[in-house]
Amino acid sequence: MYENGHRIMKPSRPVGIVGYGAYVPRYRLPGVEISRLWTGGAEPPPVREKAVPGPDEDVVTMSIEAARNALARAGIAANRLRAVWVGSESHPYAVKPSATIVAEAIGATPHVQAGDWEFACKAGTEAMQAAIGFVGSGMADYAMAIGADTAQGRPGDALEYTAGAGGAAFILGPAEESLAILEGSLSYVTDTPDFWRRAHARYPEHGGRFTGEPAYFHHIVEAARQLMEALGTRPEDYTYAVFHQPNVKFPQKAAKMLGFRPEQIQTGLLVDEIGNTYAGSCLIGLTAILDEARPGDRILAVSFGSGAGSDAFSLVVTEAIRERRDRAPRTRDYIARRVVIDYATYARYRGKIVLDT
Amino acid sequence: MHPARAWRGRSQRYRLEGEICEGCGARLFPPRDICPECQRPARTPYPLSGRGEVYSYTVVYEPPAGYEEQAPYIVALIRLEEGPLVSAMLTDVGPEEVYIGMPVEMVTRVLHRQGEHGVIAYGYKFRPVLRRTVMLPSPSAPVTA
Amino acid sequence: MREVAIIGIGQTPVGEHWEKGLRELALEALEAAIRDAGVERLDALYIGNMLSGQVESQEHLGALVADFAGMHGVEAVKVEAACASGAAALRIGYAMVAGGLADFVAVVGVEKMTDASGEAITAALATAADAEYEAVHGMTFTALNALLMRRYMHEYGYRREDFAPFSINAHRNAVHNPCAMLRFPITAEAFASARMIADPITLLDASPVCDGAAAVILCPADQARAFQERPVRIRASAVATDTVALHDRRDPLWLEAVALSAYRAFQQAGVRPEDVDFFELHDAFTIMAALSLEASGFAPRGRGVAMALEGAIFRDGRLPIATMGGLKARGHPVGATGIYQVVEAVLQLRGQAGPNQIPNARLGMTQNIGGTGATVITHILEAMD
Ligand SMILES: [Zn+2]
Repeated sequence: MYENGHRIMKPSRPVGIVGYGAYVPRYRLPGVEISRLWTGGAEPPPVREKAVPGPDEDVVTMSIEAARNALARAGIAANRLRAVWVGSESHPYAVKPSATIVAEAIGATPHVQAGDWEFACKAGTEAMQAAIGFVGSGMADYAMAIGADTAQGRPGDALEYTAGAGGAAFILGPAEESLAILEGSLSYVTDTPDFWRRAHARYPEHGGRFTGEPAYFHHIVEAARQLMEALGTRPEDYTYAVFHQPNVKFPQKAAKMLGFRPEQIQTGLLVDEIGNTYAGSCLIGLTAILDEARPGDRILAVSFGSGAGSDAFSLVVTEAIRERRDRAPRTRDYIARRVVIDYATYARYRGKIVLDT
Repeated sequence: MHPARAWRGRSQRYRLEGEICEGCGARLFPPRDICPECQRPARTPYPLSGRGEVYSYTVVYEPPAGYEEQAPYIVALIRLEEGPLVSAMLTDVGPEEVYIGMPVEMVTRVLHRQGEHGVIAYGYKFRPVLRRTVMLPSPSAPVTA
Repeated sequence: MREVAIIGIGQTPVGEHWEKGLRELALEALEAAIRDAGVERLDALYIGNMLSGQVESQEHLGALVADFAGMHGVEAVKVEAACASGAAALRIGYAMVAGGLADFVAVVGVEKMTDASGEAITAALATAADAEYEAVHGMTFTALNALLMRRYMHEYGYRREDFAPFSINAHRNAVHNPCAMLRFPITAEAFASARMIADPITLLDASPVCDGAAAVILCPADQARAFQERPVRIRASAVATDTVALHDRRDPLWLEAVALSAYRAFQQAGVRPEDVDFFELHDAFTIMAALSLEASGFAPRGRGVAMALEGAIFRDGRLPIATMGGLKARGHPVGATGIYQVVEAVLQLRGQAGPNQIPNARLGMTQNIGGTGATVITHILEAMD
């Protein structure tokens, strides 16, 4: 169903989130540790610390745990999923889907769509849009969308402070079974090369301040503004809002530009504690909100992926949240599980020390 | 290592799928097709819960070829709540935190990577049961304006 | 069935033989055994070896060693049962002679380990475990023994230092064994502060990686005197198996194959544990020595370490063990170890053990263990009057 000049997306069959799950690895690298190494401590870090995956973790393992949490909350058998989609910019294989491994591990194979999505930091919400379409069209009752990353910044680059690790999984299903019902979504996409990584490069490149106004702010604000306009909602109608979080300042500023108060974004703003989890960023924020939300609360979630585009979602929480929330660990449980490491350990865990050539 | 080797054991490796003996009800892991309790065929797949406790553990300081990047690491025997013992690495835990009897839960992690080019082997490891943070009713939770 | 005797023994020093390969080591031990027996012809040759395929890219050792030894056309086969390969080869040789299929049989245990890096040899040894359910989890042989040792300490309340007598005894005995690798005594203090390999196992709980070869010549007992003044009769030869994976055992601290193999051996020989004058056991790790003493019937459950602490395992004790250094200090060239144990037992029974001689040794027992107890082979040997 198209409305408002083909901008807002609403499935013909009402859709919502029936289960969600997060994952954040246990290691933390403090920003001051990076600053100590590369600037002698002169530069104040943009985030307090970031989550670092252990040596046996990657996008697949993080996705599996988030997916298991989502299934536990949904209370459905894995073989009822008709799609398992993983959005990431750090899939462990260049060729070979992460999604098949995740689907196999959670027991969703073989009658399942499985594939990997790539759109920088909005790969996860891109998969979520597709899952909404899948369920909304009646092709599936349940579809899983995951956003997860173990992003890396070049040692010494500004991105190194924030490139964190984590992920979140969402099971989209019929609205009547949902813990949060989708009111509508809207995507806003242009070709804007603010950040990229070439096929065989290890670390990404970026356009510096070009990543701000024309990229992040323009797409986030337009997607959010146009969605609210189409739905006839205003910032004060939302209990919570969550935006993609490349650092602390950007989402705070975007919220202000749109007319949201700091309290509305506080619950979902995790970047200071776990860093920018890229495809997981806005989605993990959303899980943290669902962990605390009450029935009737309205949530605005807006992702941003470099390259560039934003997906905006408007959700209303239902009664089902009360009993499902505690069927799996909460996002705060993972954030509280925190072991601080030094730069040397980080360098080893992240393969920055070459063991064999 | 040929990818078929890990592939054929994916159900066991990825999600700890064992077998149940239709004869005596014994739950088996690893799958062994003949029940060791009653010697009858036991080929019905059975998913283990992944919950158990540490029966014994050690820290490997001298790893075999292929495991250098994770060393030193902890390997353990886990007594699963369904009965079987299973050998696996412990993850997300330091040696000083582990003790015999520690409750653990299964997670799926990278077992080994075979360098930059090989197939990545995923499989079960165990970690301390994730602690739930105490969630008090939050007075600071934002309220709708 | 015919009675079988050992009429010749030979061994190379255990150590790092940089200048010698598998075939040279095997031949050196074989030649020494043939000289000792004074035999002219051999009907068959059995080679006990575990790692040649992995370390030297060489299998087919039966034909290889036979050819290198100039024994053209002879029956020759390699026998493999992990660390119990040596005794497994002896078992086959014994069966051939006992069954009348051959009269003069040579059994050689040979291992070349030093051509592989530390990581490679660790991985190679782990092939004795379950590749799909143990080794793939980064389990090493030392780690498996460490799991046993920690659980043992937990259940019976021992401290790590309590295992020291096993290593102190082995090192003390190795001093006077010219073929031993580690011919120096160690102290309890050194044991307590040794470098950790897999907690709680340290360097001084574990046997060293090394090269070596040992050989014996067998013939029907009724012909033995024609070749050897002091032949030794094989009174029992018994093999038992258990699960390859430690986790598949009902009770990991009870080595069922040790119990079965020892029981069968005592039955065959018609003797009791207290009749045995000394015991060459498989002390690849101190914990294995303790568990072997218990399951073999020499100590009650949980009392293997206590038995060592009481001094019963020393040369003047109730049951001397590792009388020539054991795996710990003579060295553990894995596939050769089972034959070294037998060669050393024969030296004791012939009264040729030098300063390590057990007075009036008449009945000796050897036990070779493959893996963490999956294959256990026990032999009982007796001096022939
Ligand atoms: Zn049964």
